[in-house]
Amino acid sequence: MRLRTGWLEVLFWSVLAAGYVLWPSQLPFASQVLIAGLFALSYDLILGYAGILSLGHAAYFGVGAYAAGLLAAHGWGEPISGLVAAGLVAGLAGLVTSPLVVRGTDLTRLMITTGLGLLLFELANRLGAITGGVDGLQGVEMQPLLGAWRFDIYGRTAYGYVLAVVFVLFLAARRLVRSPFGLSLRGIRGNPGRMRAIGCRVDLHLAAVYAFAAAYAGVAGALLSQTTQFVGLDVLSFSRSAELLVMLIVGGAGLLYGGFVGAAVFMIAHHYLSSLDPVYWQFWLGAGLVIIVLLGRDGILGFFHRRRSSAASAP
Amino acid sequence: MTGGHGNAGVEEESVHVGKTVGRAEDVVKVGMIAEMSGPFAETGRQMVNGAKAYQKVYGDSAGGRKVELIVRDSTGPAPEVAKRLAQELLVNDKVDFLAGFGLTPNALAVAPLATEMKKPMIVMNAATSVITLKSPYIARVSFTLAQVAAPLGTWAAKNGIRKVYTLVADYGPGIDAETAFKKAFIAGGGEIVGEVRTPLRNVEFAPYLQRIKDARPEAVFIFLPVGEQPVAFMKGFSERELDKAGIRLIATGDVTEDGQLEAMGETPLGVVTTHHYSAAHDSAQNRTFLKAFAEVAGSDFKPNFMAVGAWDGMAAIYEAIRRNGNGPIDGDRALATLKGLKLDSPRGPIMIDPETRDVVQTVYVRRVQKRGGRVFNVEFEQFPSVKDPGK
Repeated sequence: MRLRTGWLEVLFWSVLAAGYVLWPSQLPFASQVLIAGLFALSYDLILGYAGILSLGHAAYFGVGAYAAGLLAAHGWGEPISGLVAAGLVAGLAGLVTSPLVVRGTDLTRLMITTGLGLLLFELANRLGAITGGVDGLQGVEMQPLLGAWRFDIYGRTAYGYVLAVVFVLFLAARRLVRSPFGLSLRGIRGNPGRMRAIGCRVDLHLAAVYAFAAAYAGVAGALLSQTTQFVGLDVLSFSRSAELLVMLIVGGAGLLYGGFVGAAVFMIAHHYLSSLDPVYWQFWLGAGLVIIVLLGRDGILGFFHRRRSSAASAP
Repeated sequence: MTGGHGNAGVEEESVHVGKTVGRAEDVVKVGMIAEMSGPFAETGRQMVNGAKAYQKVYGDSAGGRKVELIVRDSTGPAPEVAKRLAQELLVNDKVDFLAGFGLTPNALAVAPLATEMKKPMIVMNAATSVITLKSPYIARVSFTLAQVAAPLGTWAAKNGIRKVYTLVADYGPGIDAETAFKKAFIAGGGEIVGEVRTPLRNVEFAPYLQRIKDARPEAVFIFLPVGEQPVAFMKGFSERELDKAGIRLIATGDVTEDGQLEAMGETPLGVVTTHHYSAAHDSAQNRTFLKAFAEVAGSDFKPNFMAVGAWDGMAAIYEAIRRNGNGPIDGDRALATLKGLKLDSPRGPIMIDPETRDVVQTVYVRRVQKRGGRVFNVEFEQFPSVKDPGK
């Protein structure tokens, strides 16, 4: 499991950086895929590494989205500080709610996270005077990035901005999961009782990673509001949490890159199928998902991962 | 359409000039963003079929140029999807017009792009007042909730209804409807004895209905979005016997829209609503529309006001193309055409207000009645040239 920086990793990020040349006309879409990938990475931290099953992760995505959106709508349009602030707010929200989530079993966690997600959705809906309610938050205007690059309609600035943020956060997450802290998280996922017995403070560990992942989700949400310059109520929707779970499972949980692969596969399939057949595309999407999960239970990356390890152990 | 035939000679000429078919400038692209899947799929299907019906009757070219409709699915109230689709339509497909928009958040998210790219954006349905204020390139051909709700307030006050309880869905259009109705009704001497806003999703009407019954109003005014809610409300209304308690039901036309009216059974009979379009509207243009829609969508799929919005949107786009001349479509010129444009719509005459770019139209008072075994919204009174009072 302990991978060094492989050529595949270098290739992965080089291809993304070459996006300006490879898919110049698809930059807005590519930005949204990266944002979904970051969001899935945040979910991977709690599900893939710490084993916390959640159906309300969009809550933190939404908190970050509204935090960044509200800052910009009230005159604080500087993107980077807005992004940091949104991440902190979402992280705080994660920390505050973590005691509710980390105790209990999978089923309780599912119920509680779903409940939290619905609560926040209704709260944002109720507070229409602040959030814009169902009509969405208006007047999100971003200043140029670093005072130099305006957010343009072709999505060039947005893509570079998103890619840079995602890359930095990815490095940090990679560092985190390979640290002793990350190892103990995996231990907790494997057997929390035994971890407790060897003196690991399980709840504290889980709370910490939950807050950390919430901050990541918040940054992903903030990136979405800053690059689209709009915040809709759907950032908090249940379907966003559910799709997130699908993306991560399709890509492969516990492998860091699984979220990005899953987000890309899910969104590209969604994108092309819905342009080909605007009415019945969901049928094809559903069929594709079932096939992917049937073929490899650990998702796309898990499938290749297994093949590689079995090839390595064969001779 | 009006005036379109007058310069037929000019059109003939431009056909010859641009005879090398297939050149980019001979094709005008209309990027239509509509809700084709999810809970609001009905909206999108109505709009796309309405637009196709228009093309069936008037051909797929205007001013000698082929008009290509590109449909994209916004999947529901998903502003970031709508915005991205608009970006792609503008940058990759190089569309000349943006059109569609069933839901307010989607229209609002796209508005800044229309401004930035100077492309006309034709709102075919989304009905919150503020939309047209968000970009000088937006023109709306549908309606606003305030526009149809205010005349109902006036009508109710004039026709002996004194005490009204209001119930609206808790979002932009609902609040617009409530505000406009109340204002007109109170101005006419009426009294609001209670008001409630219901959530947009997962609503259970029983407790609200009981509360309304206990308040003993003479009538209850409602606005609910097209879909399952009006059906559920109607069902509860008769189950709780509000009708037998002498409470009348008045509403905006969304509640008894033509597409679902027959699914509501007997309850809506006698309900008075105000709206801009009824399938029972008696005009040659409406008959043409109904016939074409049935040919495009099949006779099981009943058109409603959303399909009419798309039909009129296409009519406006065709006229803008005709008056553009041969060059690339110029957004400012298209807007100049749209401002003050008069159309002979299936709903009756409409005009796009030169100042607000919002539609000005006749609002009809209708009663749900049976006609030849089928249920219709039968128009019996009208308020001509109503502007959106929400601005």
